[in-house]
Amino acid sequence: MSAAPATDAAPLLELRGIGKRYRMGETDVDALRGVDLAIARNEYVAFIGPSGSGKTTLMNIVGCLDRPSSGSYLLNGQRVADLDDNALARIRNREIGFVFQNFNLLGRADALHNVMQPLVYRGVKLRERRQLAAAALADVGLGDRLDHRPNQLSGGQRQRVAIARALVGKPSILLADEPTGNLDSTTAREIMAMFAALHRSGNTIILVTHDAEVAAHAERTVAIRDGQVISDTRRMAEEAAHGAAG
Amino acid sequence: MARLAEALRAAIGAIRAHLLRAALTVLGMVIGVAAVIAVVALLQGFGQSITQQFRNLGANGLVITAYLPQKAALEGKTARITPDDLLAIRQRVAGVRDVVPLLPLAQFSAEVRYGNRSSNTSVSGTTSGFPRNGARYPVQGRFVVAGDDTTRRPVAVIGQTLIKDLHLPARPEGHFIQLFGAWFKVVGVLNKVGTLVGLIDRDNLIYIPYTTAVSLSGTQTAPNIVIQLDVDNTRAIKPVEARITAVLRRQHHLLPGAEDDFKIQSAAELTKALTRALDSASLILGAIVGISLLVGGVGIMNVMLVSVTERTREIGIHKSLGATRADILLQFLLEAVLLSLLGGLVGLALGYGIGKLVVHLVPAFAGAIVPGWTIALSLGFTAAVGLVFGITPAAKAAALDPIEALRYE
Ligand SMILES: Nc1ncnc2c1ncn2[C@@H]1O[C@H](COP(=O)(O)OP(=O)(O)OP(=O)(O)O)[C@@H](O)[C@H]1O
Ligand SMILES: [Mg+2]
Repeated sequence: MSAAPATDAAPLLELRGIGKRYRMGETDVDALRGVDLAIARNEYVAFIGPSGSGKTTLMNIVGCLDRPSSGSYLLNGQRVADLDDNALARIRNREIGFVFQNFNLLGRADALHNVMQPLVYRGVKLRERRQLAAAALADVGLGDRLDHRPNQLSGGQRQRVAIARALVGKPSILLADEPTGNLDSTTAREIMAMFAALHRSGNTIILVTHDAEVAAHAERTVAIRDGQVISDTRRMAEEAAHGAAG
Repeated sequence: MARLAEALRAAIGAIRAHLLRAALTVLGMVIGVAAVIAVVALLQGFGQSITQQFRNLGANGLVITAYLPQKAALEGKTARITPDDLLAIRQRVAGVRDVVPLLPLAQFSAEVRYGNRSSNTSVSGTTSGFPRNGARYPVQGRFVVAGDDTTRRPVAVIGQTLIKDLHLPARPEGHFIQLFGAWFKVVGVLNKVGTLVGLIDRDNLIYIPYTTAVSLSGTQTAPNIVIQLDVDNTRAIKPVEARITAVLRRQHHLLPGAEDDFKIQSAAELTKALTRALDSASLILGAIVGISLLVGGVGIMNVMLVSVTERTREIGIHKSLGATRADILLQFLLEAVLLSLLGGLVGLALGYGIGKLVVHLVPAFAGAIVPGWTIALSLGFTAAVGLVFGITPAAKAAALDPIEALRYE
C-alpha cells in the first residue's frame, strides 16, 4: 500500500459527507445521508441501529466493496474515489478483512482453502499459503477441521473460518457485519471474546449490529438512524472491558 | 505465477464439480473433432497406400509415357513410345541404368485358358529388369530373364489370383496356359500384393517377355510402350530429363515450338503431387467438418453463461477477498478453454478409434494415419473455440459488481 503512515493526526479512515442513493424505479432511496466519521488505528467501533438504517451500506463503503454516491472517503490518507477497480480489489485484499453476516464461505472448498483464498490474490506461494491459513485456523481453534467443507461445520465454526479468512492477510481493518446474528448465545460469547482478544493484540475492528448487548463489547458506539449518525459515544477502557466480561 | 496456477486449479475444480454437465457440454465438440480426425485419418491412410505404389518406382525412377496434347489430337495425330525410342534412349542417354520397357497388351481383357477353365486378365511384356525395388518378385520359379527376351520364349510369370481362377496346381511351374491363341509355359508365380482400395486386384496379371509381347502385338504399327529407368545420380534427374526430351523429340521428328508428345514423370514428383492433393483434400474436408466445432463452441458458451449466473455469489465472494477483474476473467476463460480442449482430446481419441475400426471392417482402407498437423490443428482449433466462446461469459463474470454479486440469491 502506498498509504501515508498513520499518525495520531491522520486517522486510519475518514468519511466526510458520505451519501448513498439507490434508485428504485421512480423513487430514490437514500440509504446514507451525509455521514461524517473518523476512525483511528486500533479502535474497536460498533455501528448500531435499527434494521434498514444503513449500517451494512456504510460498512460496504468503508470496506471498498461499494462506492458512495456523494462525499469523500480517505483510507490511510488516500482518496478512495480516485482509485480504479483494480486498486480497490487490492485494498480489499490487503487492508480489509470482511466477516459477513451470512459467512459467505466458498461451498466447494474446505476450511483450509477458504482461508487460503485471499492469499491467492496476493500472489503468495502455495506452500506459504497453506502454512499461513493453517496457522490462522489454529488461532480460531479450528486446527483440527482444516479439511471440513462449510456444510460439514457448525454455524459457530463457519463464523470462525470466516474470521480466520478475514485475518489471515493481516489487514488494517476487520469489518464484521452481524457476526453473532446467526449464532446461539454461547457461541456468540466465544466470538465476541475472540474479537476482544484481537483488539487487544492491535487490530482495528468495526462491528455492525442492531443488538446493544453486542455493541457494548466495543469501546466506541456509532448509532445510525435513517442513514445518519445520531450519536457517537466512547467509553473508558475498563468500562469496555467490563462490557465484554458481562 | 501463483495466480495462474491457482486459476487453473480452480477451473479444474469447477469442471470436476459438474462432471456430467461438462461431459454433455463437450459432446458436440467431441463429435466434431472425432469426425475431423476419422476423415483425415482415413484419407491419409488411403494416400499412404497409394504412394506406396509409386515408391516402388524408387526415388531415382523416371517413367516415360506417350502423351498427346489436345491440340495435336484434334489434328488427328497419334502419340506413341516405340521400341525404337527405347533403343535410342539406351544408346544415347548417359547416366541411366535399367532402362526397361513395359508393353501392356491387355488390361483385364485378355482371355487366358487352362484345361477347360478360362479367365480374363491383364498381360504385359517386360524384361528382366522390371520388378523394381523388390515390390514384385517371384515366390515360386523365376521372373522373365534376359534369355527369354532374346529368344522370344513363350513363357509367363503369373499372379496368384490366376492359380485360383484357373484351378492351376499350387505349384504351377511347367504347366501350360493358353494366351492369345498360343501356349505359354508358366515359369514363375509372383508375390501377393493385394487389392488397390479393394477394387483393383493387383494379383490378376501375367508378365511375358517383352520381345514376345512385341511380336504378339502385331506388325502393322509399332507398339506403344512405357519406359521405366533409373537415373544414376538423384541430382542429375533434371539434366537426364532434358537429354531424354531432346532424344525423343528428334525420334518423333517434332518441330521446334511443337509440344512434346510424351511425358517424363519422376516417382518423387508423382508422390509429392499426390500427397499434396490428399493433404489439401484432408484440409478442406476437415474444415467443413470443423464447422461443427463452432456448434460445440456455442454449447460451451451457453453452459458457461449458466455457470456464471449460478456462481454469481461465489464471484462476489472472490471479489470481496481481493480478486481483480483479470483474476475472474482468467478463471472463467481457462474453464472454457479446458472444457473445449477436453472435448478435443476425447474427440481425437474417438476419431482415431473410428478410423481404426473402419480400417478393420473395410479392407479398402489400408490404414488410419493421424498426422501431427491434424492433432495440433484440432487441439489448437478447439482451444481457440473455447477462447472465443468463453470470452463473453468470462467478461460477464469479471464485470459483476461485487456488492450486487454478493447480494444475489
Ligand atoms: N441495492 C439496493 N437497492 C435499493 N435499496 C437498497 C439497496 N441496498 C440497500 N437498500 C436500502 O438502503 C437502506 C439501508 O440498507 P442497509 O442494508 O444498509 O441496512 P442495515 O442497517 O444493514 O439493515 P439490517 O440491520 O436489516 O441489516 C434500506 O432501506 C434498504 O432498503
Ligand atoms: Mg445489514
